[in-house]
Amino acid sequence: MREAACFLDEAPFLTVEGISCSFGPGCAYCADDEADLERNRCPRCGTIHALRRVSLDVYPGEIVGIVGESGSGKSTLMRCICFDQQPSAGSVATPLVDGGTRNLLSCSPEQKRAIRNTVFGMVYQNPWLGLRMDFSALSNIAEQMIAAGNRNVEGMLARGRSLLEQVNIPLSRAADTPREFSGGMQQRVQIAKALSNNPPILLLDEVTTGLDLSVQATVLDLISTLRRELDVSMVVVSHDLAVIRMLAQRSSVMLDGRVIEHGLTDQILEDPQHRYTQQLVHSLL
Amino acid sequence: MHPLYNFAFLDEGSKREIRRAILKGIAIPGYQVPFASRELPIGRGWGTGGLQITLALIGSDDVLKVIDQGHDGSVNAISIKKLIHATTGVAVTSDTSEATLIQSRHRIPEVQLAEEQLLVLQVPTPEPLRSIEPREQATRRLHAEADYTGAWLQLFEQIVRYGSAITGADHPVLVNGRYVMAPSPIPRFDNHKLHQAAQLTLLGAGREKKIYAVPPYTDVVSLDFEDYPFAAEDFEGIHCELCGASGVFFDELLDEDTGETVYRCNDTSFCAGRRGKRIGQESCQGRSHA
Ligand SMILES: Nc1ncnc2c1ncn2[C@@H]1O[C@H](COP(=O)(O)OP(=O)(O)OP(=O)(O)O)[C@@H](O)[C@H]1O
Ligand SMILES: [Mg+2]
Ligand SMILES: [Zn+2]
Repeated sequence: MREAACFLDEAPFLTVEGISCSFGPGCAYCADDEADLERNRCPRCGTIHALRRVSLDVYPGEIVGIVGESGSGKSTLMRCICFDQQPSAGSVATPLVDGGTRNLLSCSPEQKRAIRNTVFGMVYQNPWLGLRMDFSALSNIAEQMIAAGNRNVEGMLARGRSLLEQVNIPLSRAADTPREFSGGMQQRVQIAKALSNNPPILLLDEVTTGLDLSVQATVLDLISTLRRELDVSMVVVSHDLAVIRMLAQRSSVMLDGRVIEHGLTDQILEDPQHRYTQQLVHSLL
Repeated sequence: MHPLYNFAFLDEGSKREIRRAILKGIAIPGYQVPFASRELPIGRGWGTGGLQITLALIGSDDVLKVIDQGHDGSVNAISIKKLIHATTGVAVTSDTSEATLIQSRHRIPEVQLAEEQLLVLQVPTPEPLRSIEPREQATRRLHAEADYTGAWLQLFEQIVRYGSAITGADHPVLVNGRYVMAPSPIPRFDNHKLHQAAQLTLLGAGREKKIYAVPPYTDVVSLDFEDYPFAAEDFEGIHCELCGASGVFFDELLDEDTGETVYRCNDTSFCAGRRGKRIGQESCQGRSHA
């Protein structure tokens, strides 16, 4: 497969290797990673194999795209990386923790929480998963900082206000609850929250899905700006190739729980190798 | 004593189960121990958690005091006192220092308690994280992992909305540096009375089926922020119009004649004691018992 030449001289910032995650009892037949499934479902026992040996590298300051149809496993992958979901196999590592020698998935719950709050910022596909709808926007942003041990109210309020400004939410709305916000504003509060502890890695799951086109554009703009100005690395998930094309230098294409193609986004779009990717690209053009 | 009932109403098996939960609670300060809450001739949510602790521990030589929000004479306190007295025959008192077992709703007495005394607090909502997380399974995990972000977040939200972290009552505390606990709806004024206290404090929630404990001489720290430190209700410059006391928790009343606000000690037996009133053993509504 193709590699991004510009990153070859650096070490990856996030290494995800061989993640498998299934829902169901499993059986002797589907215990074999190469067993034929009906899409992602075991024909013998009905277990859903949402991820099968999925790997991914993210280099410093890079945006990696993940594209694939509904049910291909994109959200599950994000949830496994940020410890929301325990995969059955695989590893996640970053040079920020024990020089990259530690599989983060084997850390204690307390360690995971600390890593989760300082290394990763997660924006959920569904804002109801990422926000407390009955707490003010400022409190939603502060939660991550409180979790990381911050006990200074004025400091957290100041940080919250500056983040809200950064994501273009008027300060007059800062004490309002996300319940009272539009979908686009909710996603921007999620982004502000995810940024609160200056995490070096952002995981964005379908941030623009379901938003009006004009709102989509402002959120995409925001993400590009963040990458430029804050130099964070990101994994951006979307089932929309146009979004991936706009943001990601490199991409992975997922189908039925597997990565079927990865490489430079432009190359994938110009010269898709896998038949599924060819169809996908074709439908975009 | 009523012959139809076992001593202290509960059967001995139930008492043993409750005592086991209490022992576990004492061993793990601030940890909520589930127990099989019994039916009592008082509705759940009317102090049955505290009552079951009292009934499981009371002995015939105990001297009992029951208070409801500082008052020995409130209907609820009296009906609990009556039930306990009728099924045990123990002596009943209003005098805090004379009591060996004090069951209380929403207050800790002003008189400092001693090692030999036992304080039982009635608890309506034992879970300090409930409003952040509705699922019991999830709050148990949060306690297990000492993940108390939600408890601080509630105080933070309070500041965002109202400009101060002032809670009405039941201000959460960290017990023994480990478990965050709801101290029951005592005023913030009473929180410090749990810190390094001489007495054993037991807390019982009947409806929620939880028992927890603060053993003697345990650290109990009210949650707060560096720049918004925990503060008790401020009664600076206020005196009780009856006994002249200051530095206690006050009830605020409107003097109907003058239209002025006046203050009285919330702890009625403390106030009566200062005024030289006899507040010793009561006959418990004039009935005599064998
Ligand atoms: N908790 C769960 N229990 C059972 N099956 C699950 C669970 N979570 C996900 N799945 C299944 O795993 C597969 C992958 O789901 P996932 O949400 O990761 O897909 P996705 O690529 O994010 O899809 P979408 O584009 O619709 O968001 C699907 O077949 C889904 O039904
Ligand atoms: Mg998804
Ligand atoms: Zn199977």
